[in-house]
Amino acid sequence: MKKSRIFIPIIASVLAVVTMNAQSAEERGLQIAKTAEKADEGFGSSIVELKMTLKNKNGQTSERFLTTRTLELTEDGDKSLIVFESPKDVKGTATLTFTHKVGADDQWLYLPSIKRVKRISSNNKSGPFVGSEFAYEDLSSQEVEKYGYKFLKEDGDLLVVEQDPVDPKSGYTRRVVTYNQSKGYRLEKIEFYDRKNALLKTLVYSDYKLYKNKFWRAATFNMVNHQSNKETLLKFGEYNFGAELADEDFTEVALKRAGS
Amino acid sequence: MNAIQKTKNAANAFAKNWANFVIKFKWPVLILTILLAMGLASQGKMEFDGDYHVFFSESNPELEAFDALQEKYTKDDNIIVVLAPKDGNIFTRENLVAIEELTAEAWNTPYSSRVDAVTNFQHTSAQGDDLYVDDLSYDSANKTDAEIAEIREKALKEPLLVHRIINEEGSVTAINITVRLPGENSAAEIPEVTIATREMMSKFQESHPNFDVYTTGLVPLNTAFFESSQKDLMLTMVMLLIVVIVTLILTRNFFATLATLVVVLFSIMSAVGFIGLNGIKLTPPSAVFPTMILTLAVADSIHILVTYLQKVRKDGLDKKAALVESMRLNFMPVFITSLTTVIGFLTLNYGDVPPFWDLGNIVAFGMAMAFLFSTTTLPALMAIFPIWKSKKIAKQQDKELHKGMYARLGQFVIKQPLRLTIISLAIIGMLAYLASKNVFNDEFVEYFDTTVQFRQDSDFINENLTGFYNVEFSVGSGESGGINNPEYLQKLNEFEVWLEEQPEVVHVNAFSEVARRVNRSMHGDDQNFYKVPENREEAAQYLLLYELSLPFGLDLNNQINVDKSESRVTVTLENNSSAEMIAFAERSEQWLEDNAPEAMHSLAVSPTLMFSKLGFRQAESMFKGNIIALILISLVLMIALRNVKLGFLSIIPNVTPVLVGFGLWFLLKGTINTGMVIVFGMTLGIIVDDTVHFMSKFLRARRELGYNAKDAIIYAFETVGKALVTTTIVLLAGFVVLSTSTFALNSYMARITVIIIIAALVIDFILLPSLLILVSKKEEKIVTEPKMQMQLDK
Repeated sequence: MKKSRIFIPIIASVLAVVTMNAQSAEERGLQIAKTAEKADEGFGSSIVELKMTLKNKNGQTSERFLTTRTLELTEDGDKSLIVFESPKDVKGTATLTFTHKVGADDQWLYLPSIKRVKRISSNNKSGPFVGSEFAYEDLSSQEVEKYGYKFLKEDGDLLVVEQDPVDPKSGYTRRVVTYNQSKGYRLEKIEFYDRKNALLKTLVYSDYKLYKNKFWRAATFNMVNHQSNKETLLKFGEYNFGAELADEDFTEVALKRAGS
Repeated sequence: MNAIQKTKNAANAFAKNWANFVIKFKWPVLILTILLAMGLASQGKMEFDGDYHVFFSESNPELEAFDALQEKYTKDDNIIVVLAPKDGNIFTRENLVAIEELTAEAWNTPYSSRVDAVTNFQHTSAQGDDLYVDDLSYDSANKTDAEIAEIREKALKEPLLVHRIINEEGSVTAINITVRLPGENSAAEIPEVTIATREMMSKFQESHPNFDVYTTGLVPLNTAFFESSQKDLMLTMVMLLIVVIVTLILTRNFFATLATLVVVLFSIMSAVGFIGLNGIKLTPPSAVFPTMILTLAVADSIHILVTYLQKVRKDGLDKKAALVESMRLNFMPVFITSLTTVIGFLTLNYGDVPPFWDLGNIVAFGMAMAFLFSTTTLPALMAIFPIWKSKKIAKQQDKELHKGMYARLGQFVIKQPLRLTIISLAIIGMLAYLASKNVFNDEFVEYFDTTVQFRQDSDFINENLTGFYNVEFSVGSGESGGINNPEYLQKLNEFEVWLEEQPEVVHVNAFSEVARRVNRSMHGDDQNFYKVPENREEAAQYLLLYELSLPFGLDLNNQINVDKSESRVTVTLENNSSAEMIAFAERSEQWLEDNAPEAMHSLAVSPTLMFSKLGFRQAESMFKGNIIALILISLVLMIALRNVKLGFLSIIPNVTPVLVGFGLWFLLKGTINTGMVIVFGMTLGIIVDDTVHFMSKFLRARRELGYNAKDAIIYAFETVGKALVTTTIVLLAGFVVLSTSTFALNSYMARITVIIIIAALVIDFILLPSLLILVSKKEEKIVTEPKMQMQLDK
């Protein structure tokens, strides 16, 4: 009896500390994500070419070449336009995506073979992007609103934050994201956990380059799928921040033009 | 003759010295053998491996081809959960909600990579230039009746669903959970998946009692293998009980029974040590090793003990003298029968099915150890235990009675050797002809008898939804991105249509179906465009668009390779015999060769097809092993009997029981599985004992007692008749126990062995003596009719 009298306040205070910590972990996670978004704010627009290399377990590879144009928006998600340069039979195929902070993104696809724009109405963003280990959701604009956050740990300059996707159709239960606070909160690594909370993939960013003294861009993305042992490597060329793209460069007409 | 006599004397002297040594140092010998058995047992480890891959050797070309296919696409095993709502309609709100829930839950299965259900089927529809891709039934709880009716209509028209995920009536549905096992430790991974799915299923059944639930697939198959190994291991207990009872009846001595028990248990412990030291993982065929060792090892002990007790009880020898005498008389026969059994089991290594290598090696080692323990621990123990003499007279009468019975059988034979030979050979010839009529059939599902849940569930699913058998092709185009080549697509489409037309085909899943449906969607759902695109760019761009619209885990990576140069065709089939499976595979391969460009030629592969071919491969590879076993064992016999002619003659009673066995099997069942292929080598080592004992007694009578052939036969019947019947009964008991296995590779093997062992005894009692008389006749010029008459009168 006596024992419990002593223990109850102790347990209560321990619980209080734990809950306080939990709350602050979520707040801190969110704060880090916001800081990172802020750090990258103001790039305006960019154009970059990239090579995507798909590798299976046996080392067989397959390549695709793409060009990505991005327009920064602050009140809603970014707009992006991706043009396929190769393989030959999909050359000129282009996708236009309006990411939204809340709700499903809008997506159009231009097919040069029939010279038509198709609108894809789908909530599916979790599938592999052109057979690669990247899901569309891994490549699309990383809006703060799309995740719940929890700060996990600090390791020197590295901050590790757990992100839980808001979209119920996401292929992930959570992602563990490593930010580098001394390098403008750039991303160093993301670990993806699948629906049964098993480690599915790891994405490592490397060969970072600082543009305009503010914007960090990694020249290499390497995604490894631990379950299938397949890999996808993205190699980016030089970013062009000077094209000054505007809304009219991200329309159905622009999509057709970009593809042909 | 002198030299031979010398070697015989040497052998006798050796056995005597051995016995004296063991008796003199009974305690050290006992303690050393205990230490040996314990030492080996301490290294023991019994681990099970249920992965069906264990049935295929690494060099198996079908396995290589199948693994190559899995590497190209995705390596996957599956669990098929089948739901049959009691109201007979999947398409009600409650049932769809339940299916949706279970589908979501199924994603939590360990190692799962994909879950296919009717509710999460990606339905594509088009309105003008807008393309809609979505789950067929998402958030079913909020669907109106009209929407549910629409879902039903869509589902029952969907070629990718009907006969795969739902039946035509819409009363039974499947959830196919694909798991990607890392394959690092299948002994741990498979149970992990099984426990998780079973828990999920029992929870589901609790909350949804209105559903009947069945499971099948490769993971449950592996589990069934796993569990049948464990069940068969339990048969050991039954056999142990039988050993105790049989030994008690035959020896009527508690200590003898105890000593026998010690010997067989030590042999099994040593075998377990052997398993641990060699890192063998037990599989259904190899898990029967304790029962086999028990069955075979107990005979050694019984021979030694029966002679020993006889010498004490009947001849009134003292304990030590009786033991030495028993060892002297039995050392060589026990050694030779152990040797032939070891040879027989070692030849299993010639086969192409690794679990049988393990079985052969474990039992061979166990038998070698059984010989060691029977000639050390057993006499040491009997030298330590007191001997109780009793019931002498009663037994003697019993003995005489038996003796008379066997003598009468002998007389029956010697009166008409020629007639019996002709009749026997005629019957054997006929059965041998029938034996050749047996066909191989490794029906995968039928590996388990109908008491096994896996079998019941698989049967239900086969009858009501889809097939368990399948065949896969990786059809190449010969160029990167070539799967979008219209010529390739057109051919693939033709192949798909041809496959659909085959009578045994239940369902075909080919990439051409994807190409057709996307083409239709791109043309505003116009049914006229439900055909493969005619232009490569169109096909490639449609595919790109389609792939962009698919969700996590439902992508096409399991159907097309990274390079888009090959695609996978999966054909689901009805239950088929091995021969039909192989014929279907060959017909399909031939169709591609005759009708498609070379790049599209492809080998049919699949686990079910691999099992279909397993029996043939095993038989082919065991052939050499069987010949070697026959040669080696005949050589052993020639040396043991010191007679080349009789060594050759022994081939007849050693080979014919197998022919008789398979001949009778044709009348009983007519199909042979992989497990039965091994019985020739295995039973040869066992049944040869009968021949050895009979012939050695016959020769002894001829050489040492100077009897003529006919008298020698009577002598052989009188001296070993009972012993042969006794060991046959012990062997029968063991194999009858094994024949109760629920696993067909084991139970069929045991059943045919039972037939062969009985046939061996009959042949050794009828044909062998007849032959011995016939071959001896030529040498015997003098007919000794009166002398024989005298013998008989006695």
